[in-house]
Amino acid sequence: MQISDLPKYPLSQDEITVINEVIKKYRDKKGALIPVLQEIQKNIGFLPVEVQKKIAAELNIAEKEVYGVATFYSFFSMIPRGKNDIRVCLGTACFVKGGKKIADKIQKELGIKPGQTTLDRKYSLQVNRCVGACGLAPIIIINDKIYQKVKTEEVMDIIYSYNK
Amino acid sequence: MSEKEIKKISGLEDLVKISEKLKSLMEGKTVISICSGTGCKAYSSDDVHGKIVEELQKKIKESKTNADNIVIKKTGCHGYCERGPIMVIHPGQTCYLGVKPEDAPDIVESAINEKVVEKLLYKDENGSSIEKENDIPFYKHQQRIIFDCNAKIDPYSIDDYIMIGGYQALAKALKEMPPDKVLSEVKKSNLRGRGGGGFATGLKWETTKNAAGDTKYVIVNADEGDPGAYMDRSILEGNPHSVLEGLIIAAYTIGANHGYIYVRQEYPFAVKSIENAIENAREYGLLGKNIMNSGFDFDVKVHRGAGAFVSGESSALMAAVEGNVGEPRLKYIHTAVSGLWSKPTNLNNVETYANIPHIINNGAEWFRSTGTPGSSGTKIFSLVGKVNNTGLVEVPMGVTLRDIIYKIGGGIKGGKKFKAVQTGGPSGGVIPEALLDLPVDFDELYKAGSMMGSGGMIVMDESDCMVNVAHYFIKFLADESCGKCVPCREGLRQLLYIYERIINGQGQVEDLKLLEDLCILLENASLCALGGTAQNIVVTTLKYFRQEYGAHIYYKACPAMVCKPLIRYEISSDKCSGCTRCVKVCPVDAISGKPKEAHAIDQSLCIKCGACMEECPEKYSAIAKSTGIFEYEKEKEAVFADKGQ
Ligand SMILES: Cc1cc2nc3c(=O)[nH]c(=O)nc-3n(C[C@H](O)[C@H](O)[C@H](O)COP(=O)(O)O)c2cc1C
Ligand code: FES
Ligand code: FES
Repeated sequence: MQISDLPKYPLSQDEITVINEVIKKYRDKKGALIPVLQEIQKNIGFLPVEVQKKIAAELNIAEKEVYGVATFYSFFSMIPRGKNDIRVCLGTACFVKGGKKIADKIQKELGIKPGQTTLDRKYSLQVNRCVGACGLAPIIIINDKIYQKVKTEEVMDIIYSYNK
Repeated sequence: MSEKEIKKISGLEDLVKISEKLKSLMEGKTVISICSGTGCKAYSSDDVHGKIVEELQKKIKESKTNADNIVIKKTGCHGYCERGPIMVIHPGQTCYLGVKPEDAPDIVESAINEKVVEKLLYKDENGSSIEKENDIPFYKHQQRIIFDCNAKIDPYSIDDYIMIGGYQALAKALKEMPPDKVLSEVKKSNLRGRGGGGFATGLKWETTKNAAGDTKYVIVNADEGDPGAYMDRSILEGNPHSVLEGLIIAAYTIGANHGYIYVRQEYPFAVKSIENAIENAREYGLLGKNIMNSGFDFDVKVHRGAGAFVSGESSALMAAVEGNVGEPRLKYIHTAVSGLWSKPTNLNNVETYANIPHIINNGAEWFRSTGTPGSSGTKIFSLVGKVNNTGLVEVPMGVTLRDIIYKIGGGIKGGKKFKAVQTGGPSGGVIPEALLDLPVDFDELYKAGSMMGSGGMIVMDESDCMVNVAHYFIKFLADESCGKCVPCREGLRQLLYIYERIINGQGQVEDLKLLEDLCILLENASLCALGGTAQNIVVTTLKYFRQEYGAHIYYKACPAMVCKPLIRYEISSDKCSGCTRCVKVCPVDAISGKPKEAHAIDQSLCIKCGACMEECPEKYSAIAKSTGIFEYEKEKEAVFADKGQ
């Protein structure tokens, strides 16, 4: 993926304040990069490119170095988790029971691919290997709640019920 | 027992005494055991449990006679996940299916009055009720040895396990059987590993036992990498002490003082359950120093795996426990001799260990009386896919696939036609209808080109495309290949390219030969069994469903109408009334047409999502799905006609 392909997720005022505070706290310290990234990741859940640029400028580090660290460790992410995290099981049992169709439907309706988050950060989508409830395939999980025997026609109703 | 009474257990007598005492406390009680396995949890069984507890408390407050005789238990998976939430009332074995929170008052009331709630019972095809769990067809044809206890005990209570005779096998081994005797019993039992290849457990233990060195390890493989199988997790969640007891016996036999339980991260309840079991066992002196005054020391740690399929392989798993990347190594020297930190290490699957206490308690002869000569005992299968009764089933080895799928599984869902069953997970293959009378054991499945694996059994019907299924597994394996060896990494990638070509309608005549050649390469040159067994799915689908590959390649047709590039949706101008519903629902605006005029689909824009067909009102049914198959059938007829057949 190219950096320019990454969608821009708008940040709230609170989040911007947190980011500024974290940077201020570490500005003149040595070896500050990883702690800064960790703290921002922990607080706002992801590390947008603009924020990485800002960190580079304020900590006086090359942008590419910030980017390098942010992409090396799997703990860091450049895409935020949505408020509602949707996971579709594509283990074998769910696959033969139509899990793929469900994943396709969600992708189409929300306009995001697995691993992505909607721009309003309401929903994120992931596909999973077996979650161990194969007897009730196909399975989707929204924020740790398991839905069993999901039908393609119903899946969007389930998802939109979180839109309250 | 209350906390104050906890003292270290000193041996068999202690265990028997505690067991008797606990049993006498339960005398005359009615136990409502509510399944709290993952499946039933998804059906909100926790709400049911909460409601029943509430309801019972109400009755106790009202001083209703008999109410204080009711005990409520939260258990692990009962197996019949399809019909959850499941509940069994002991001692009568009354089984309730599909219980809802609002049923709680009825259930509690009838438990108190020793009656049954008719509407929650299993109904057979004639509509008559079946009350007892073991009379329900799903259970009737099973033989549950390992899984039987799940429905009887609270997995978080070590006392429950001790009550049903738990840890007596360990006590017996420590006091009465020198390690050699335990070993010879396990060897005689002919127990074979339940985690994959079916390697003889006794021989494996012997190798590690005889290997040089004082420090040895034992490990439980609870990685359960097969997507579509969940028996190992269900044993750990439902009866963790049985695995622990088997592990301690193995450690004693081999001479290991440290053990690990490798559980995948994605199974938080299994981790919690086994961690709790370890803690309780330590409190009772069943783990730690000088276990039951035998002089034998053993302790165990839980290691959470980060969930990669290849990490379930023995050398990869040990690398991961050491804190390295979970990749396999070449095994000139077996892990049994040089495993974890280069020490002799015994690795077995969850279910393998869970069999050990039964063998020690009842003897090798008893164990061998079940199953086939080559494969003794029972095996738990994860029966899923297109069968009516999905769930976990335990059967003696040697039962036929047909019995499992039809007698226990209740046949194919929706009256469709059976097509194939996939066994052995990503390392296994498919078995067609012609082989349904195959007795299921390690050797027979292997002969059919598949594997027992860890016990995944995925049933497929006529609407499943075998090329697509093979593509699914090859994609899985290509994603999961660790990339360390070239044959597996590149071989799988090439297989994947070919499959993508075929399902996209660009398959070439040479592709089948190419697939076969790559399979030979993978089988012979891969570093570990991930690549080495990857060919099973390709070879078996090719062997049993070659026609279907042919249809994709020669006729650009997917007979099961699954592979999107090979199917088309068309609107019949005779039937279409021009209601415009499909026009509105098409996500890519591929349908043209004015109101009251027949619509048409622009095939170059269509993404084959099928939304139009779903939307078309049933009274018109104007949209049809088709594939090149019709030309294929026609041509086939023409060829036969030519030959005068
Ligand atoms: C790629 C790969 C994945 C495996 N995954 C598992 C697994 O998830 N669980 C398991 O018990 N065995 C798995 N195995 C088999 C183990 O290597 C090993 O043979 C087994 O745990 C030994 O236990 P057993 O003798 O009791 O069967 C896997 C093997 C390979 C090659
Ligand atoms: S395959 Fe989806 S839960 Fe197992
Ligand atoms: S989870 Fe309840 S029966 Fe399997």
